[in-house]
Amino acid sequence: MSARNSAALARARRVQAPVFAALGDATRLSLVAKLCERSPQSISELTAGSKLSRQAISKHLQVLQEAGFVAGAHVGRECRYAFDPRPMDDIRSYLDQMSRRWDEALGRLKSFVERSTQ
Amino acid sequence: MNDRIEKHIELNAPVSRVWRALTDYRDFGEWFRVKLEAPFAPGQISRGQMTYPGYEHVTWQATVQKIEPERLFSFTWLPYAIDPKVDYSSEEPTLVEFTLKPIPTGTLLTLVESGFDKVPAHRRAEAFRMNERGWTTQMQNIERHVGEK
Repeated sequence: MSARNSAALARARRVQAPVFAALGDATRLSLVAKLCERSPQSISELTAGSKLSRQAISKHLQVLQEAGFVAGAHVGRECRYAFDPRPMDDIRSYLDQMSRRWDEALGRLKSFVERSTQ
Repeated sequence: MNDRIEKHIELNAPVSRVWRALTDYRDFGEWFRVKLEAPFAPGQISRGQMTYPGYEHVTWQATVQKIEPERLFSFTWLPYAIDPKVDYSSEEPTLVEFTLKPIPTGTLLTLVESGFDKVPAHRRAEAFRMNERGWTTQMQNIERHVGEK
């Protein structure tokens, strides 16, 4: 296994919250979009222009943080948040692997039914 | 985000034959590589021992959902819930659905596996690792098979 894969797995294992669920929310998606444009940003910056309170934004950031999409770092008294795309790669790899599994199984099914039909 | 797998495959065999391959537990075991203990029945748990090379120690388990003759066969399972030390009972399973449709050349089979959004991330990582090992084994099988010809 490559070092990159080992690192991805170690990271994914630390993440307990469902990654999909983290992105299944319009506010959180918009936070990810904002952080994709510019990282890191403080809660004040992320709250500016939003109808939501600082507390609400903070809660959403926490969900994203638990899923590994966002990393927070303290700069003085303020916490600044940055986007981390790696959980996305992990999901894609996972679905790719599962998908290939089915290709193999369905390939075996095809030979099985076509062989016994002839 | 995409949380499902969908496959379409054309099989040069009549729907009745494909249906049997999917829902007769012995036939299913032949191509899926699992030795099942009993016939499939809706609402029942189906169990067996994997026969896939490298996975013989693994117990296969699924809960049969629907058996609609020659049309739909579905079950739920936990993909790669294979560590005997781990209790997976609280986890959300994924749904696997096989749908059959007659076509002039035989059968169009559609497979959909959905519900991956509920699989915890640490388990996805585990399945990923298992799969990598599976692939190595698979490649060795092909090599051996080709080498014998």
